[in-house]
Amino acid sequence: MTPALEAYVMLSAALFAIGFLGVLVRRNTLVIFMCLELMLVAASLALVAFSRFNGTEDGDVFVFFILTVAAAEVAVGLAIIVALFRARQTIQVDQLDSLKH
Amino acid sequence: MEHIAFTGLSVFTLAFAAGVVLSKNAVNGAMCLLLCLAGVAGLFLQLHAYLLAFILILVYAGAVVALFLFIIMLLDMQGGQPVRLRGLQAFAGAVAAGLLVTGLNLLAVRGRLFDTPPDGHSVGASLRLYSYQLFTTYLLPVQVMGFLLLIAMLGVIVLSRRTREPEDAP
Repeated sequence: MTPALEAYVMLSAALFAIGFLGVLVRRNTLVIFMCLELMLVAASLALVAFSRFNGTEDGDVFVFFILTVAAAEVAVGLAIIVALFRARQTIQVDQLDSLKH
Repeated sequence: MEHIAFTGLSVFTLAFAAGVVLSKNAVNGAMCLLLCLAGVAGLFLQLHAYLLAFILILVYAGAVVALFLFIIMLLDMQGGQPVRLRGLQAFAGAVAAGLLVTGLNLLAVRGRLFDTPPDGHSVGASLRLYSYQLFTTYLLPVQVMGFLLLIAMLGVIVLSRRTREPEDAP
């Protein structure tokens, strides 16, 4: 007897909510980025669960693409963070407010 | 048995996800992310998505978290700032998270997710079906993904070049 689909969906929602909370609460750009990854993985978990319970492979293939895009995204995002650090000597979002006013 | 494994894996995953958000030090956060991803890979295994679990460990734990750790060391982020729960942000975060969980719960109830039995044949387990899909239905997305990776690589090279070159550079 496998766990029900809604257990997986709730788990993925909770994981997404934790990641979302981290994006809102944390001030360090790197940690915010890690929380974004957490949200991405939560969405993947929901897709895989739906795919398994519906008997289709489309969700699995979609997660395959999500993982590829996530790898590219992390590379570009970290390059941007390093460039930002070189330009401003900080990656705390409090101090990166040039566009705010 | 599977229920016990599921409960254990979910508690493990959620605990380390909370660790990513709450840990003061960014290195500890990255380690928590690694363990959280291992938990998700275990859940993928339980869902018979063996290839995806393998790729998750390979790409995320092997490449992404290592890259994160490398950048944390490069930028010398030791002794980061602790989490400060300031009024408005904490409120907005809690409200958003609550809305999300409530909405999904409603969706699960109204969409009758509760009585959906798992499909008998687990297609995620079959590598053959996978590659068949990738090379027939999803051929164009695979090509687009290749272009995306190429463009991302070029973008990273351009971004990590020195922005201000010395005047007497050849």
